[in-house]
Amino acid sequence: MDALLIKATEDTPHISFDPSTGVLEISGRSLPEDAAGFYKPVLDWLKQYAPAAKVGSALAMKLEYFNTASSKVILDIFNIIEKITLDKKVIWYFDKDDEDMQEAGEEFSEIVNIPFEYKTY
Amino acid sequence: MVDNSLILVYEGEFTQEITKSVLLMAERNLEYMEAESNTKKKVFNVMVECLQNICKHTDKVAEDKLWNSAIFMIAKDQEYYSIVSGNAIENSFIPSLEERFNQINSLDKEGLKVLYKDMLINSQLSEKGGAGLGFVDIARKSGQKLEYSFEPINEHSSFFCFRTKIARVNE
Repeated sequence: MDALLIKATEDTPHISFDPSTGVLEISGRSLPEDAAGFYKPVLDWLKQYAPAAKVGSALAMKLEYFNTASSKVILDIFNIIEKITLDKKVIWYFDKDDEDMQEAGEEFSEIVNIPFEYKTY
Repeated sequence: MVDNSLILVYEGEFTQEITKSVLLMAERNLEYMEAESNTKKKVFNVMVECLQNICKHTDKVAEDKLWNSAIFMIAKDQEYYSIVSGNAIENSFIPSLEERFNQINSLDKEGLKVLYKDMLINSQLSEKGGAGLGFVDIARKSGQKLEYSFEPINEHSSFFCFRTKIARVNE
């Protein structure tokens, strides 16, 4: 399976998923109006990856901004990660002064059954 | 230092490309006006939701050529940033919007959190109602009641005016 690499634009995030290491990273800003369209290849990749996932797969979410259209798709992403039966986690990054982003991570963690780790930058 | 000022005003057609440009312009203006990064982020987040709402709604009344244009404005005074949008909507949308606004404005911080999570989970089932989540998010980020009005244009449509205030941090 190939790695997934999508370059950041002014309103979409950088995406870098490496199936050989299990390091999955989404970073930057996620503000597309058509979030479902933008994330379609991301969800497709993850659905293929999940059954053969690496032990200790870690999804690093380093988002500066995300819109509500993206928040639904982020939940879809977590729902796929949740189905990985092996050890996995989400690492939720937030600016130490950004309470809204911290809270957003905590809320996602209350909805899905995945261990969340929090890191500030 | 100027205490009451307009940061950006745009009136006209709202396409996805224009929405993006307006957003980037507003962000640049905010960059050297507001030092507090948390406030800047809140204003930016609310702008995104407002602009994308306009973009979605104006599509629906596109046949109403006269009212194809919308307005978007950001201003600040000593205490608040104001983000104001105005666009035409079909009258048939008003009851459900009013119901949603009443619900949002009746809730406190904790209530809004519960509503947001509930809508986020349930929106997985139907793609409709995306705007609803946007309004709840705006209420949460701003920490203020939503201000809105509907001015009748004709028997089919009304002008929907929406204002969000975001408190500035007093130094």
